[in-house]
Amino acid sequence: MVHYAATRLVSLALSLIAASLVIFAVVEVIPGDPAAYMLGLNASPEAVEALRRDLGLTGGLVERYLSWAGGMLRGDFGTSYTYRVPVAELVVQRLGVSLPLALYALALSTLIALPIGMLAAARRGRAVDYGIMGVTQLGIAVPNFWFAMLLVVLLAITWQVFPAGGFPGWDAGVGPALRALTLPAVALALPQASILARVMRSALIDTLGQDYIRTARAKGLSEGQAIRNHGVRNALIPVLTIIGLQFSFLLAGAIIIEKVFFLPGLGLLIFQGITQRDLVVVESVVMLLVFAVIVVTFLVDLAYAAVDPRLRHGR
Amino acid sequence: MIALEGVSVGIGGAPILRDVSLALEAGRILGLVGESGSGKSMTALSVIRLLPQGAALGGRVLLEGRELTALSERQMCAVRGAEVGMIFQEPMTALNPVQCIGDQVAETLLVHGAAGRSEAASIARERLGRVGLSPDRFPLGRYPHELSGGQRQRVCIALAVALRPKLLIADEPTTALDVTTQAQILSLIRELVREEGMACLFITHDLAVVAEMADEVAVMKAGEVVEHGATAGLLREMRHPYTRALFEASRHRPERAVRETGTPLLEVREAVRDYPLRRSRLFGPRPSFRAVDGVSLTLARGESLGLVGESGCGKSTLTRAILGLEALQGGEIRLDGAEVAPGMPAELRRRMQVVFQDPYGSFNPRHRVGRILSEPFHLTGRPEDAEARIAEVLRDVGLRAEDAEKFPHEFSGGQRQRIAIARALITRPELIVLDEAVSALDVSIRAQILDLLADLQARFGLSYLFISHDLTVVRAITDRVLVMRAGKIVEAGPTEAVFSAPEHAYTRELLAAAPVLPAA
Amino acid sequence: MRVPVQLVLGAALFALFLGAALLSLVWTPFPVTDLDIAAKLAPPGGGHLLGTDHLGRDMLSMLMAGARTSIAVALVAVGIGILLGVPLGLAAAARRGSLLDEVIMRGNDLIFAFPSLVIAILITAVFGPSALNAILAIGIFNIPVFARVARGAALTVWPREFILAARVAGKGAALISAEHILPNIANLLVVQGTIQFSMGVLAEAGLSYVGLGAQPPTPSWGRMLADAQTFFYGYPRLAILPGLCIVLTVLGLNLMGDGLRDLLDPRLRRNVR
Repeated sequence: MVHYAATRLVSLALSLIAASLVIFAVVEVIPGDPAAYMLGLNASPEAVEALRRDLGLTGGLVERYLSWAGGMLRGDFGTSYTYRVPVAELVVQRLGVSLPLALYALALSTLIALPIGMLAAARRGRAVDYGIMGVTQLGIAVPNFWFAMLLVVLLAITWQVFPAGGFPGWDAGVGPALRALTLPAVALALPQASILARVMRSALIDTLGQDYIRTARAKGLSEGQAIRNHGVRNALIPVLTIIGLQFSFLLAGAIIIEKVFFLPGLGLLIFQGITQRDLVVVESVVMLLVFAVIVVTFLVDLAYAAVDPRLRHGR
Repeated sequence: MIALEGVSVGIGGAPILRDVSLALEAGRILGLVGESGSGKSMTALSVIRLLPQGAALGGRVLLEGRELTALSERQMCAVRGAEVGMIFQEPMTALNPVQCIGDQVAETLLVHGAAGRSEAASIARERLGRVGLSPDRFPLGRYPHELSGGQRQRVCIALAVALRPKLLIADEPTTALDVTTQAQILSLIRELVREEGMACLFITHDLAVVAEMADEVAVMKAGEVVEHGATAGLLREMRHPYTRALFEASRHRPERAVRETGTPLLEVREAVRDYPLRRSRLFGPRPSFRAVDGVSLTLARGESLGLVGESGCGKSTLTRAILGLEALQGGEIRLDGAEVAPGMPAELRRRMQVVFQDPYGSFNPRHRVGRILSEPFHLTGRPEDAEARIAEVLRDVGLRAEDAEKFPHEFSGGQRQRIAIARALITRPELIVLDEAVSALDVSIRAQILDLLADLQARFGLSYLFISHDLTVVRAITDRVLVMRAGKIVEAGPTEAVFSAPEHAYTRELLAAAPVLPAA
Repeated sequence: MRVPVQLVLGAALFALFLGAALLSLVWTPFPVTDLDIAAKLAPPGGGHLLGTDHLGRDMLSMLMAGARTSIAVALVAVGIGILLGVPLGLAAAARRGSLLDEVIMRGNDLIFAFPSLVIAILITAVFGPSALNAILAIGIFNIPVFARVARGAALTVWPREFILAARVAGKGAALISAEHILPNIANLLVVQGTIQFSMGVLAEAGLSYVGLGAQPPTPSWGRMLADAQTFFYGYPRLAILPGLCIVLTVLGLNLMGDGLRDLLDPRLRRNVR
């Protein structure tokens, strides 16, 4: 187990380094002179030079990369050109909206999808199964931001059950904050839950054909018991893969959904960054998103080992 | 105490079992023998009522007078595992890979409410000890992947007999195991049946296993029991012609004209093949596994050389090296004096072809037979008379020239193995490597293929390297034999001499473990 | 062989939108670039079958041209994924466990860490927004998807005996991959292709919605939704129509994918039972 975790940790570190190199290359190398790019065509040479100094763009590439990466390790993401405040401050504030939103949606999607998938597998070929398969088929096809718009019109404007948008901040208390995040989370969770339920169903049905289920039946377990005691844990292996992948979709999806609900999250920050050509902000937020995806991949790898003893024993 | 009365099974209107009647007694083993598709497994599944969906069961199964066929599914669950236990053919996949063995054995007790959690664990420990997995070497927390095939089959037996059922059904329990492991599992089942007074329905395709195991034998063919009686008497008299045919085929030895020339064709000298393993520590050195460890052998022109050994002994690795598919780390392989290696010239490859075990996996399912047979022309360039050559080899192996237009799935297993042989013949090779080439076939088909191989050898002066785990087959078709163990050749000599007077302890162990048919 | 119902239904749905997209190349009821402020927010019926939007553009024409954008972007993105991903996956499988395999797979993992949206953000931040962004962002994300599917499927084919037989016949890894591996994994690739196609349509809509995809005046369902957001309560049709187009296209593609899988892979069909 230690060996397995150690290898995954090394691969986590390597992925982070590789990802940071890619981002650095795209943002700071390809445009040529980021300072000139940020200020646009009409900037005076003096202003460009000043910004270059401000951004620490004076050294060679290697030096610049090391100081950027080293700064991030210390929690220093540089200073936003438009906001004139440390990017770290901005990001932490916005992360307080986006991360809870993605996790809320992930929790919703998992809690809804797994039981539904199991139910469909247990009742495969019957009306319940066809019903679930039909609804999830539709759920996958619905764009989450469109579903969000429908939710707003129905639940926020017509019936006024939930706020239509905006975020009161966590200072206003957990209740109102969660209320503000509920519609966005539901909108995000619907397509993901549909996918996950289908994966759960087919993974369970796959395990039903396995020899160990037959062994369990020969022991005297009913079909339901065999599924619960032996099928589910084996089916979790492919399901975990999808949950891990979904987190990155949820984070990306959260950025889009924030626009529907005017939530002050990373999405709003990054789109402002793009329009204002604030490369420091864009670079930092992208790195943060990629960091989150890579860490979740690492956690999923650890979860595999918890489920599958074959990995724990380093095979 | 257990009786099947006129049991029939149909799937979608097609009869699978017809009027099967059998009786089993406590402490005795009934051997159910037949070729694939004879319905022997279906008979077992109809006793335990785990038939595939859509199967219609008729007739009666009585367990101590209780009619199992009349029970509801819920009542049947209470019978399975408690009164009737079952073990299956594939021990490698029969256990849940993510649950430890102790829990899997204890589950039998828990699901029937026979014991509390801690008591179930201690009974599981005792039952695992009884099947030869002592708790000090095999603690309950072990997972299936940490055990060998034989050990896993012991776990399966432990969980099947955990509640001391009245009937144990064993469906080909040793078919996937090596011969020495098979002998151990067979004797374990025999002991358990005697000691615990269970009745046992033992299903196998192997007449020799039945002859050693069973008190009574029932022979099945096409869903029907054709002959039934006490083992010794049945094998002595063999009233039904099918029983006799099965018996003859099992011990069939093709007529072979020995035409050895003595000039060496294939020479292997001190061959060594290492496989790199995974690092055990993150930055540690990469360990390796020596699969073939200094093997030397010589195959003379026109000779049939056997290579026997159990799984993992290195014979497959050696085969791939001999075929020039993988490089050696030491030693050399020469075919008629020229060096065999992955980069060897096509002309050299042409002279050596191969037939594999699996008649289903040997062909690209999307290619027609004609295209499959012309694949080796890659070595020679497609000759102008390619069509004629394809027709010719098809006739040589007993098929028709028109079969070139068909797809592999349109043929039976035996016919496919003929196609595989035809593919090996088409480049007119001198040496054919037969890698378990008859191991997956039913005995009657196996006998035909052995005859074909002997016939082709005589006609074309072929040399065979015959690789198999099956001692009977090797004895039937080879002139000389090599016994391989843990990467080394431990014994070599003329086949009859090695089989009648083995010198190495391992060879003796192998021969002792192999079940034999009594002389007719 | 029985053709699955989903396949027929899905293909019919998709054909509807594909037909509309193709037709829009030569004809739309109104030019999509025509602004007619006087006729803005006109109700359905009358001169405009599905009404007009807030700038007086004909909705039907916009939807037809939007189908063109969606389908073109998703199709090219799938093409990028297949053309680059499949050979990489086949090469990785042919040299399983080698340095090449390791490099390809780690490269895949790296791309997986960049969701399409993030790639689009990066490209837009540096090069400015364009429809090409969406294609590149979705296409790049498709590469590791196809590489993984191809590698995984190829690995199950490689150990089979007919591959050994081909090696004994002197064939090299490239020839074997082309002649034996590819035809035997083509089913899976076709099914994955339809899945990625439908995901591409969704991704394109999302990117256009946040302004990282097709730019005006190129019509796109995602941007129509963004434009409609402020008018949604008063004129729900402006948002519902493009949304329905996305849902039905994606649904059609997914049904086609399921149907194709049932048709092409009997093993999976048995599981569905």
